[in-house]
Amino acid sequence: MHDATPDFNTQLADARGYLLKFARLQLRNEAWAEDVVSDTLLAALAKPQAFEARSQLRTWLVGILKHKIVDVLRQRGREVVLDSGSDDDSADPLEHMAFRANGHFAEKPAEWGNPEQDLRSRQFMTVLEACTDKLPAVQGRLFLMREWLELSSDEICKELALTPTNLYVQLHRARLRLRECLELNWFAAR
Amino acid sequence: MNALMKKLPLMRSCKEVTALVIAREDRALPLVEQWALRLHMAMCQACPTFERQVLTMRNAMKQWRGYREDD
Repeated sequence: MHDATPDFNTQLADARGYLLKFARLQLRNEAWAEDVVSDTLLAALAKPQAFEARSQLRTWLVGILKHKIVDVLRQRGREVVLDSGSDDDSADPLEHMAFRANGHFAEKPAEWGNPEQDLRSRQFMTVLEACTDKLPAVQGRLFLMREWLELSSDEICKELALTPTNLYVQLHRARLRLRECLELNWFAAR
Repeated sequence: MNALMKKLPLMRSCKEVTALVIAREDRALPLVEQWALRLHMAMCQACPTFERQVLTMRNAMKQWRGYREDD
């Protein structure tokens, strides 16, 4: 018989903040995030034996969290893609990039170099998370469904009953915003 | 780019190509667009730089997914 050792429980408690960070980033809703993290920790407590073969507790927990989050997103469907108003502006971010009337770049995009090493640094991760967090809620959720949950565009449309056109417009805006934010706060700031 | 070139069916502006480079992150482009993209990239200086930025972002997200804080 396997019993949950206090040590395991403590480790779970310690992971809470870490899980909450991802849940907040993906769900953009404090109540949903708290619930889904509690569910994740309860599920982990209920079957500690499932963890035994694994080496990384956090990796295992994040795996459970991701499944639970997909469930929440599916249940909340409409709310997930509901434009809460002010923050989802409808402006095309491509307008922020300088194009001439004929559609050519007015100014060449900046060379970001080959920042392989930089991309692994804690400082870069902090900037990347801050830029992701700054995306309007709907864009942020959809973007992370692609990039964190690693769902295909088809899967996202199906889970949320969203049209592909709508999804692509949102993702397009999200990616351009992220590009701009990284340029301003990392690549140009170095 | 001269007027004749603009009329060719595979010709795209930088603005259009930029949109395709972004779109490619989330969906497969139709063959015609893939060709148009490749053709434009061969003739343009600015768009390949933009494309490299997008690839860097793709790489960054991959690093982020695998990143685990030590604390």
